[in-house]
Formats: sequence, structure tokens, C-alpha cells
Amino acid sequence: MALLEVSNLVAGYGETEILHGVSISVDEGEIVTIIGPNGCGKSTLMKAVVGLVDVRSGRVTFSGADVSALPPQRIARSGLCYVPQTDNVFPSLTIRENLEMGAFVRNDDFSERMDEMFDMFPDLGSRPSLRAGSLSGGQRQMLAIARALMLDPVLLLLDEPSAGLSPGMVGSVFERIRGINRAGVSLLLVEQNARQALSMSDRGYVLSSGENRLEDEGQALLDNAEVARLYLGGSRDRTESDSPK
Amino acid sequence: MTALRTAIRRISLSWTAWHTTAIIVFGAFALGLLPFVKMGLVVNGAILGAIIAVGAIGLTLIYGILNFANIAHGDYMTMGAYLTLFIVGGALSALGMEAQGFGPFTFGYPTLIALPIAVALVAAGAIALDVAIYRRLRDRGVSAVVLAMASLGVAIALRGLVQIVWSGDAQHLPRQSKPVFHLPMDVRVPPDAIFVALVALALVSAVYLTLTRAKMGKAMRATADNPQLALVSGIDTQRVIWWTWGMGAALAATAGILLAVFQAQMLPSMGWRFLIPLFAAAILGGIGSPYGALVGAFVIGVASEVSTQWINPSYKPAVAFGILIVMLLARPRGIFGSSG
Amino acid sequence: MDITGIASYGAGFAIMACIYAIFALGLNVHWGFTGLFNIGIAGFFALGAYTSALLTTQPPDPALFEDFAFGGNIAEYAPLDLGVDLWFAVALAAAGAVCAVIALLIGYVTLRLRDDYLAIATLGIAESVRLFFLNEKWAANGSKGLYRIPKFLDEWVSPEHYDYLYLVVALVALAVLYLAVNRAASSPWGRVLRAIREDEVAAEASGKDVFAFKMQAFVLGAVVMGIGGALYAHHIRFLAPLTFDPLLATFVIWAMLMIGGAGNNLGAVLGAFAVWGIWTGTQFLPGIFSDPDFRLFMIGVLIVAVILIRPAGILPERRAFSRRRIPDRAPIAEPPP
Ligand SMILES: Nc1ncnc2c1ncn2[C@@H]1O[C@H](COP(=O)(O)OP(=O)(O)OP(=O)(O)O)[C@@H](O)[C@H]1O
Ligand SMILES: [Mg+2]
Repeated sequence: MALLEVSNLVAGYGETEILHGVSISVDEGEIVTIIGPNGCGKSTLMKAVVGLVDVRSGRVTFSGADVSALPPQRIARSGLCYVPQTDNVFPSLTIRENLEMGAFVRNDDFSERMDEMFDMFPDLGSRPSLRAGSLSGGQRQMLAIARALMLDPVLLLLDEPSAGLSPGMVGSVFERIRGINRAGVSLLLVEQNARQALSMSDRGYVLSSGENRLEDEGQALLDNAEVARLYLGGSRDRTESDSPK
Repeated sequence: MTALRTAIRRISLSWTAWHTTAIIVFGAFALGLLPFVKMGLVVNGAILGAIIAVGAIGLTLIYGILNFANIAHGDYMTMGAYLTLFIVGGALSALGMEAQGFGPFTFGYPTLIALPIAVALVAAGAIALDVAIYRRLRDRGVSAVVLAMASLGVAIALRGLVQIVWSGDAQHLPRQSKPVFHLPMDVRVPPDAIFVALVALALVSAVYLTLTRAKMGKAMRATADNPQLALVSGIDTQRVIWWTWGMGAALAATAGILLAVFQAQMLPSMGWRFLIPLFAAAILGGIGSPYGALVGAFVIGVASEVSTQWINPSYKPAVAFGILIVMLLARPRGIFGSSG
Repeated sequence: MDITGIASYGAGFAIMACIYAIFALGLNVHWGFTGLFNIGIAGFFALGAYTSALLTTQPPDPALFEDFAFGGNIAEYAPLDLGVDLWFAVALAAAGAVCAVIALLIGYVTLRLRDDYLAIATLGIAESVRLFFLNEKWAANGSKGLYRIPKFLDEWVSPEHYDYLYLVVALVALAVLYLAVNRAASSPWGRVLRAIREDEVAAEASGKDVFAFKMQAFVLGAVVMGIGGALYAHHIRFLAPLTFDPLLATFVIWAMLMIGGAGNNLGAVLGAFAVWGIWTGTQFLPGIFSDPDFRLFMIGVLIVAVILIRPAGILPERRAFSRRRIPDRAPIAEPPP
């Protein structure tokens, strides 16, 4: 059975419905990427999975348990952690305090985990008492990911981790993401850098206007002519030369 | 937007923040050294500022985390003062505990026993009101002004309650006159003022330690920064909100008691009338920032007290209001808020 | 009480209800249409009342130990008489104008800032105005208060029937203001106000000058309140700082609007009559119900209850547009602007 199973999910804000029955799944150990045009509901899907947006109908199961009606803090405790697209650090808190907040529900001694994070992201480890608000975009993104990793998640949801970063920084973020996956964390990714993301993904989904459009293996989606035309743009050569070797 | 939040909710103390404090404190006392400003007024103002600070820090914490102006904050102060009176005059005196003039102070030891009980009651009441009123409104997703509106209703009801039970007349804690301390430069400090200053100092330090060291304090700052991120980090923000109400109301209640002790009387309208200095201090410092509220309170306290050298003392709230208006014109985000 | 006593009591009640209805209409322009949180109605009430009173009363009389500086005495000014007491219109207009100026000043400072800053500023103005009239004895006789405020159309009826005449005046004023506010509310201008109240960001994005619209609404509401204050001054004909205690000059008006139905002008008027009816009616009840402190307590409870149980009030606003943008499921509160 899949680790995360979203079936026929309907969700929205107020009177507007954004997702009209979306189904996706993530298996243990996989990297799965969701792509789609701006405003099609990718972020809404993630927010519905982690409980920030109400699930109106359909089901979300995680490790076999129905989490569709759980509040966000309970979902986080069950090992499903999430990095939002924007505003994903606590700006007035220091780096160390951000990580402590990531470990809020842990009652054990998590200093070892924090040291691991500082090893994985040396930029953070070098100045742990700096306020997160004063970090650069790339460092913030690293801190956001580290914060979400503090709970040792089984599944990590990343909403556009490479958005707004310099090309060099994008490569390094993707490299970390691969490392996290190698360490045994399953990943669900939303990405604008579709080409790079799909090339390292096991599978991918194309979402459009709040509905499933396509689903296939990462490489297959990359080779799909329609996907290439609609979502990957014509910059194949440039992006490929950018991607990490 | 993010930058605005960052700035407004900034709590950690930076190097410049300490310097600003130092400049303001020394500036105030240097003001007192001027031949035409009485040092006694500066000292009085600093003590008034300490009371404002205790109230305004609670106000600004609630603003930072719940995102609305708690109009009932002044009436939480009033409740604190009257509950102390009630406990001292009712329960404790029934138990035979009656005394005035504890040590150098005018009030007796029963007041010291009643104080924490009254504070705890007000804190519990504030949490109960959250459950009964504010949480429901939040769940409904109403805007900040509707929450403020509800708190206006709470303020009116509390004021009515106080007047029903204790009437509208001035009351005071059992007290015994005590000699004032005479300091150089013609400064006279009533002994109760020392008590007020010590309690305020202890509370401000406790708040500072809570916010920077305690897990719940850090979670409060995190929630003020970004409630949704706090939720997905596993923080139970409902609990954070209750802690905030508890702390904010406890601070308010203490401020009310200190004010009643300092002014040697209490009135049902004391808290409502104190709203202007409270908000002036909180906004002056940058709303949402407890540290800013502390500095703002000091400025408002000293300025309104020193102003009485030239203008009628009953204009003190108007002076606080005037400073607020000038601040809103010059720098709406407050001393410690940066641009957004 | 005999029948004429009841009738004249009823007239006095109805005059006050009309005046409160005018305040509620002004507050409706602020809160109901635009979402402006004014908790200092007493300030505009006092400014309107004092302006009108000071313009029209006679200069101080040393024999009465009055030592204020200014009495405009325009009621005795012949060109404004002409048998119909034109001075009354001048006084009302001046009351509105003074409130407009103060509203412009407060609005300029706070209307670009967070919503609740306006609340603090209105509270500050109300308190400052009260302190001013309390302490500056030269301005309006301090706590002893202003009396000898002239009656409008005094010569027309005998003193014992004067209230009936003034009731007509109050009703006419209420009707005119009601129609004017209603007209404004249903105009395109009023619709923009409501759009701002519902979603300020969206209104701004669609090219509306939100600040200007809020300012216009704030000034309009303040003018209405100022006129209400002037009508009060010439009815009670005595003003002291105590008159403008927040209880009867702010809180009650909030209860009237909330209960009647914020956003609905008819609701505001109905709420004013209903709450004023309960307020005066409970005086005759035995025990705690006639205790003014208990009534104060109930005003607070009612405001909270209305917000919780029936936010739309008795007469809900008719909504012709979409609901506000709803935040995600687990908001703590609205994000700051
Ligand atoms: N809090 C909200 N309230 C109302 N509507 C919202 C809210 N957040 C998003 N929307 C709307 O929901 C739709 C989907 O938004 P969503 O953020 O899920 O898109 P997305 O696919 O993540 O887009 P992007 O690629 O820009 O991140 C958009 O039309 C957006 O305007
Ligand atoms: Mg998105």
C-alpha cells in the first residue's frame, strides 16, 4: 500500500472550490513531483494534505491511517512534514530557535538531530544565533527544510523549494533533496523547475485547473511531447546543462 | 509583507536596542538635571512608566499573537485591582488576616497574599473568555476589528460588573501612612513606589526570560511570526493562545494592582482611562514587540509626568495621546518596527 | 401620571430616541458600511454639542458666576431670526463642520494604518475633548457646565408643549439624515465602501483610492454625529463634561447599531428606538434591573451576544455581492495588512 494516498480530494477557500477531485499517491522511498500551471492548485493540494485547508470530500491516508480530518499539528506528529512555498521560516527567531520549533513536539533530547542538520547545512551551523529574517533566500530555504526535518519525517512535502533562488543555489538545493531521499525520506515535490525536478523523480503528476491531467514516470513525462510543450518550455538545452551531473 | 512581520514581531534584543534603551533612560535622567525640569517628576514618570510597561507588554503580546487590539485590557487591570480588594477585605479579613503597613509600605501583608490569587483569577478569566468568545469568532474567520469589537463588549460588561459589586465610588486597599523617602535633588519617593518598581522589574524580567528561554515562550514568538507555519511544525497554537491570554491578562491584572497601590485608590474607570497610555506605549515601541512596549512605556510615563510641570496634570492622557499622534505621523511603525 | 404627563414623557423619550438614531446612523456609516472602528463617538457628540451651544448661548453672566470667555449668541442675532430661527441651521452646520475638521485630522493620521489604530485615535480624541472642557473653564464653564442654551422656535409654542414641537424637529432631522445616508449607501460610492470593508486589498487592486473613500466615510459619519450632538444640546439645554461619559455617549450607541443590524440604516434606527426603549423602560423595574450598572453590564453582554449569535442584528444588511475572502482552515487571525 502506498505511504500517502490522496483520492478524489475536493478542497478550496470559502465559496470557491479549487481542487475538484485530485488523486495522487507516494510510495515508500519515492520522489514524486507535481507540476502544473500557476494557480492550478498545487499549493492548495499540499495544504489540504497537511491539514491547513479543509478537505471537503475525498480521503487522505498516510501510512494506512485516514488523516483527512486531523488538525495540522497532529499530522505533523505522525511523520508527515511540510515546507510551505513562502513564509517558511520564523523570521524573528534565531536559526537555532527555528530548529527547536521544528522539534516542538519532541520531548526527548534532539541536540543530536540538530547537529546533523548543522552538518548537512553548514551555512546554518556556522551562525546558529543569527535571526532567520536576516538570511539570504537560499539560506532561508535550507533552514526551512532543516526545520521540517527535525521531526525525522517519513514523508516530506516541499512546495517549490527552488523558487526565487539563483541558478547555482537551485542546483545545490536539488542536491540536498536527493541526499534527503537517499537517507530514506520519501518526498512529494511541487516544482516550477519542472525539468530538473522530473529528472530526479520516480514519478510525476501534471495538475491542471484543480484536476489530474497526466501521471507517469519522471523520465516519461519529460519525454512526453505535450508536457514538454505546455509545461517545460523550450529551454531544454539550457536547463540540462544546469542540472547537476 | 514578510519583512513587515519580521519587524513588527521582533522580540530578540539587538545591540542597537540596548543602546536605544540606554540613551532613553540616560536622556530622561539628564532631562531631570536641567534646571527647569524637576528630577522628582522624572522619577515619578519612570515609576508610572513601569506600570504602563507591565500593562502594555501584555497588550502587545496579545496583539502579536491574536492580531487584534484588546480593548478590554484596561478592564482586566481594573478587575485585578478590585479582586485584590475583594480578597483582602473579604476572604482574608474573615480569616482574621488584617494588617496594614507591611515593612515600609502602606499596605499590609494580606495584600501580598491576595495579589497572586487575584492575578491568577484574572488570567483564568481571560482564558475562559477566549473559550467562550474569541475562539468561536476565530474559528469563524472573522476580521481583526470584529474581535476588537467583541473585546469592547467584554470591556463594557466587566466595567458594569465592577460597578455592580463595588459601586462607582473610589475605593482603596487598607492602608497606613508611611514616611516618604527623601533623596537628593528634592526627589521624594513614597515607599509604595519602590514596591511598584520592584514588582514591575521582576515581571518584565520574567517575561523576557519566558520569551527567550522557555519552550512555550519561543512557541509564542513563533506563532506571532507565522501561525500557519507554527501549526505545521506541530505547535498546538490553541495552547499558545491560552498561554498568551494567561500571561497578558496576568500582566494586566498586576498593572492594575500596582496602579491602585501607586495612586492609593481605585475607580471602576481606571482601566478604561489607562487604555490610551497603554496603546500609546505599545504603538510607540512598535506594536507586537514586548521590548518596544517597555521602551514606549518609559517614554510615555516620563513625558506625561514631566509635562505636569507646565500643564494641568489631568491632561496626562492627552499628552500620551499627543505623543502617539506625533509618532504615527513621523514613524507609524514605532521605534522598534522597521519598514514593511 | 395623568395622560398629558404620559404624552409629554413619551415625547421626551421619542426625542432622545431620534437623537440616538442619528448617532447610530453616523456609526453605521463608519462601521456598518466601511468597517471603521470608532470607539470615541462621545468625542464627536461632545464637539457637536459644545459647538452649537457655544455659538448660540449668551455671553457669560458674571452675576451667575460664569466665567467662560465666549458665547456666540447668534440666537439673538437679528439677521438670523426672520421669525423662523435660521440660527438653528447655522448652529447645526457649524457642529457638523467642526466634527468634519477633527475627523479629517484623525483620519489623515490613522486611516492609512491598521484598522485598530483608528479606534485608539477616536478614543484619544474623545478623552482629550472631555479633558479640555473639564479643565478649560474659560471654554465652556468647566464641570459646572453650559446652560441657558437657547430653544429653537421658542416663541412658537408654550413651554409645556415645547417638546412636541421639538419632537417634530428631531423627526425631520432624522428623516433628512436617514434619506441622505441611505442615498449615499446605495450609490456607487456606498458600494465601493462595502467593497473596501469586505476586502480592502481587492478594492485597492481594482484601482480604488481606499484611503480617500475611507476618509470620506469617516468625515460623513462624524458630521452626522456632530449634528446629533447639536440636536441634543438644544434639547437638554445643559452640557457638562459628565454628559459625555462613554457609557451613554458611546457604548449605548454601539449596542443600538449592533442589535439593530450593522450595515442596515433602518436597522440602526430601529435599534436606537429599541435599546433606548429598554434603557428607559427598565428604570421602572424593581431591583437590580433598574440599576444603571446592571444595565451597563447588560449592554456589554448584548454586544458580545449579538456578535456571537446574530452578527447581522435584527434587520440584516441586504447583501448584493460576494462574501469576504475566507482564510485557510486554521487561521489564528487575519494576517497583517
Ligand atoms: N487563502 C486563499 N483564499 C482564497 N483563494 C486562494 C487562497 N490561496 C490561494 N487561493 C486561490 O487558489 C487558487 C490556487 O492557488 P494555489 O496556491 O494552490 O496555486 P498553485 O498551483 O500553487 O500556484 P503557484 O504555481 O503560483 O504556486 C488560485 O486561484 C489562488 O488565487
Ligand atoms: Mg503554489
